[in-house]
Amino acid sequence: MTWIRWLLFLPPGASTFADGIDLLHFAVISVTMVGATGVAFVALWYLMRYRRRAPLAPTALLQASLLGEVTIIGSILGLFVIFWVIGFVQYVDIESPPADAIEVQVTAKQWMWKFSYADERRSINVLTVPVGRPVRLTMTSRDVIHSFFVPAFRIKQDVVPGRYVTAWFQATSPGSYDIYCAEYCGISHSRMLATVNVLAAADYEQWLSTRNDTSLLAAEDFERAGGTGELDRSDLAEQGRAVAARRECLACHTIDGQPHVGPTWRGLFDATVPLEGNLTVIADEAYLTRSMMDPMADVHRGFRPVMPTYQGILTAPEAAAIVEYIKTLRAGGIEPSVQLPTDAGAGARD
Amino acid sequence: MATTADLAQPLPEPRRAARGRSYLSDEVTIVSWLTTTDHKRIGVMFFVATTLAFALGGFFAMLLRLEHLTPGPTLVDAMTYNRMFTLHGVIMVFLFLVPSIPTAFGNFVLPMMIGAKDVAFPRLNLASFYVYLTGATLVLYSMFANGLDTGWTFYTPYSAQSPSAVVPAVTGVFIVGMSSILTGLNFIVTVHTLRSRGLGWLKLPLFVWAIYATSIIQVLATPVLGMSLALVGLDHALDLGIFDPARGGDPVLFQHLFWFYSHPAVYIMILPSMGVISELVCTYSRKNPKSYKAIAYSSLGIAAVGFLTWGHHLFVAGISVFDAGAFGILSMLVGIFSAIKVFTWIGTMRRGSIVLSTPMVYVCTFLFLFVFGGMTGIAFATTSLDVHWHDTYFVVAHFHFIMVGGALAGWLGALHYWWPKITGRLYSERWGLLASALVFAGFVTTFFPQFLLGNAGMPRRYFEYPAKFQVLHVMSTLGATILAAGLLITLIYLLASLFSKERAGNNPWRSAGFEWRTSSPPPKHNFTALLDVSRGAYDYTELPAEEEAADP
Amino acid sequence: MTNGTRVHAEHFESLEQQAHAAHLGMWLFLASEALLFSGLFALYTLARLEHPAGFHVGLQHAEKTIGSINTLILLTSSYSVASAVLALRAGKRSATLTLLAVTIALGLGFMGLKFFEYARHFAEGIRPGGQGSFFAEFPVPGVAPFWTLYYVMTGLHVLHVAAGLSVLGWMSWKVARRTILPPYDHPLALAAMLWHLVDIVWIFLWPLFYLTERV
Repeated sequence: MTWIRWLLFLPPGASTFADGIDLLHFAVISVTMVGATGVAFVALWYLMRYRRRAPLAPTALLQASLLGEVTIIGSILGLFVIFWVIGFVQYVDIESPPADAIEVQVTAKQWMWKFSYADERRSINVLTVPVGRPVRLTMTSRDVIHSFFVPAFRIKQDVVPGRYVTAWFQATSPGSYDIYCAEYCGISHSRMLATVNVLAAADYEQWLSTRNDTSLLAAEDFERAGGTGELDRSDLAEQGRAVAARRECLACHTIDGQPHVGPTWRGLFDATVPLEGNLTVIADEAYLTRSMMDPMADVHRGFRPVMPTYQGILTAPEAAAIVEYIKTLRAGGIEPSVQLPTDAGAGARD
Repeated sequence: MATTADLAQPLPEPRRAARGRSYLSDEVTIVSWLTTTDHKRIGVMFFVATTLAFALGGFFAMLLRLEHLTPGPTLVDAMTYNRMFTLHGVIMVFLFLVPSIPTAFGNFVLPMMIGAKDVAFPRLNLASFYVYLTGATLVLYSMFANGLDTGWTFYTPYSAQSPSAVVPAVTGVFIVGMSSILTGLNFIVTVHTLRSRGLGWLKLPLFVWAIYATSIIQVLATPVLGMSLALVGLDHALDLGIFDPARGGDPVLFQHLFWFYSHPAVYIMILPSMGVISELVCTYSRKNPKSYKAIAYSSLGIAAVGFLTWGHHLFVAGISVFDAGAFGILSMLVGIFSAIKVFTWIGTMRRGSIVLSTPMVYVCTFLFLFVFGGMTGIAFATTSLDVHWHDTYFVVAHFHFIMVGGALAGWLGALHYWWPKITGRLYSERWGLLASALVFAGFVTTFFPQFLLGNAGMPRRYFEYPAKFQVLHVMSTLGATILAAGLLITLIYLLASLFSKERAGNNPWRSAGFEWRTSSPPPKHNFTALLDVSRGAYDYTELPAEEEAADP
Repeated sequence: MTNGTRVHAEHFESLEQQAHAAHLGMWLFLASEALLFSGLFALYTLARLEHPAGFHVGLQHAEKTIGSINTLILLTSSYSVASAVLALRAGKRSATLTLLAVTIALGLGFMGLKFFEYARHFAEGIRPGGQGSFFAEFPVPGVAPFWTLYYVMTGLHVLHVAAGLSVLGWMSWKVARRTILPPYDHPLALAAMLWHLVDIVWIFLWPLFYLTERV
């Protein structure tokens, strides 16, 4: 395999996909080169063999044999179909994450990659995973279409705003591998780089148990971190406050800690939200955004399902701004001056 | 095969500049050109306009390549670079590759190839020229206004948000698309209604079949692009949010709409070149096509199946596995039609009487580069491989192999083949061979390293890149310089030939094609007598005379 | 060039050939127009499948009366323009001009009603792009796409109505000046075909944006 990769300028194969894909790549490209060279060779051969000898010589009217044509074309089509079958089987594998994969949430935004792990760790532009175990990425974008591309793993997936997409891989050897954004997303598209750190099992265990990894960020730093051209966070939060007031979110949600028609926003971000049954969910950006767009999903236990949807009302930047504002209400905040009833009745907003 | 010439006029001495009434010398004022309805003059005007567009697109290409000499900023900043690659794409695709062969060469020779005096709607033809100019002007305006940085593919939501001059640019492309539709409409009606008596469909020159198939795609696919771009423009100007997820829109839907046109569009760009190759192979091998029907029908096959493959641009965009499978297999199928053509062309050379003049060099260039580039298309349709290659330089190399190695080689071949027909002059064969060699060598040096860059993982549309990619980039830029030199030399010797006093003669290649059965340059109404179609356009059992028609 | 006394354009062999070519050209143009609208119909279909509730809300607030009157207007105008073509072929010049005038008047009526309808929507707070107070009042997913598509599709249609009226006006002028008259009468038939396309597109828009509330 190594010499194939050397010949074709391929990066090292660091995932379980790489060997199969690279072998198929080699087969297809070899056929391509042989085919093109063959065609050119025959053309040159005919050029010489049938070069014009007499300036005024006529030529005979010849027709191809249908059988000959069908045979050649049929064999070529057959070869293409074989390529397609193998490629398709591999593609299905690429698109089918296994059930026991480690989950990582990925948020793409201009111009950085944010990773959230299951144990609430977060990092920017560094993805840490163990070797030999499948990892599933659940990804969304905060603004425009990006594309998560790891050449060494041979994976790529467009990351689209307004929906979640998945990609998965299983790394086969420890090391650091490049992540590129592969869909043009604005002025700093070529700077939207990140790294995958694949750790050997022991190193990964250590990473899980300690918090010494400088790639991990405290929650505040995570939120504050900027990339080239990011909006000033304080501006965004202030905008969020204005939007929340204008859209009358504050008619049902307080910011001083008192539950009202809806849960209070103070301390909400990153809190554990109890749901029906014994389920819980972390109130992260995804949850807050989802609550605005699809409030009937994951209703906070103890509150009535009366929140209307803001799909079609709030633009994506407005929703993001509100989330930023809610984040600022994590610590401190204002003391309640008035005691509010906890249930103001159905349809309290108006 | 003498045609009834006007014998009252004494035949001028051979090899002197013609003084007879050709389409060029019949009325020489600028106004007569600007208000002409003669398809030949309109073809010449389109040629000049589209070639200027090509030069501008090429200028941007050189700047892009020079920028990539170093990994970091070299000549310009990021925003300027992003605008340049976008404008390079928009200008090359919409202002050059789509219109060039049909509007320039199609306009000039197609009516002659069917024995007609003009196209079906000559005034509409002139109108389509001015519509093209209007659209092109808007695109140029956007270039000066705030540029355009969305990529020629205008993906949403970025295109709705981009701070660049999106609205004038998409309006300009929309208008150029209208010109494209009118051209296609004109050619379809021309081929249906103005064929000479006795000229059935299966006697038509293969270039006519190619233009016909191209025209069908132009009429049916371009409106969908127009609508997609109009929506982007409206979204940008009025914040309609059609593709905004927060308002119930789906950004990926734009990609479906866009590629529904733009994939057939690539066949608009290559089919006319394939038609040219058919003509060149037969003329320079002095041979009939190995299987006329294979080439004619495969053109229609490409047009039809080409409409069914657009999803292969979306394999990693979030489509279902089923869709990916379907589009993959259909993409394999469309490649078969091209394979049929290639084998037929090669087979045509067999037992021919071949001379390696400059157009034939372009045929060989086409055969090698198009097959190579086309096979990489098959490689892309092998879906798992596309995951790695999508949006990398592998894609850039693939489509440049087809568009430059294929379409441009056909355009250059057409230019040299029909140069004596259009201008009555012959270019210097020596310089032609040199320039075509430079074009081939320059092209391969420019774009082959880009396949390797893509394999290595270099994404496209990157202003800056990791240093490990530099060597391949430098090689590619070197190749671009050689390619540019070859093209510049071509321009020079072609222009120089216009000042030569030597006449080309009516049929310097001794082609059996119908357009060569009249003088070069032709008279205003193309033929001075009825075209005799009993001898086919590819019949070399008896060699055509060098002077098919007496001078007018 | 289009003088009724001249037989045919010089690159054609006969007037029949020229008329045949013109008809073929018009059919191709109509095909391209159908495809122009097709992308929008595809967007509508997908958006409606995704958000049936929002489309229901939108349809509830459609101006059904105005829409139906407009349908009647266009159908009548298609009848009058077809009658104009027949009248011209029968050599009845003044009847042709009258029928064309009726068609144009009906078309202008359509446009007037359409703009009146847009004004009513604006007053209700329904603006393109999901902007306006209506959307705050009815925050159901799909309401914004419904109205945006409504404005875009009926807007594109009304542009075509205006273009069609210009062409009919131009034809009326030529009939009046006797530059279109039998046997050189196919330009009017082609203009009528354009008008019929405008009508047919509306026949599809009418149920999609006015009638199918209960579907």
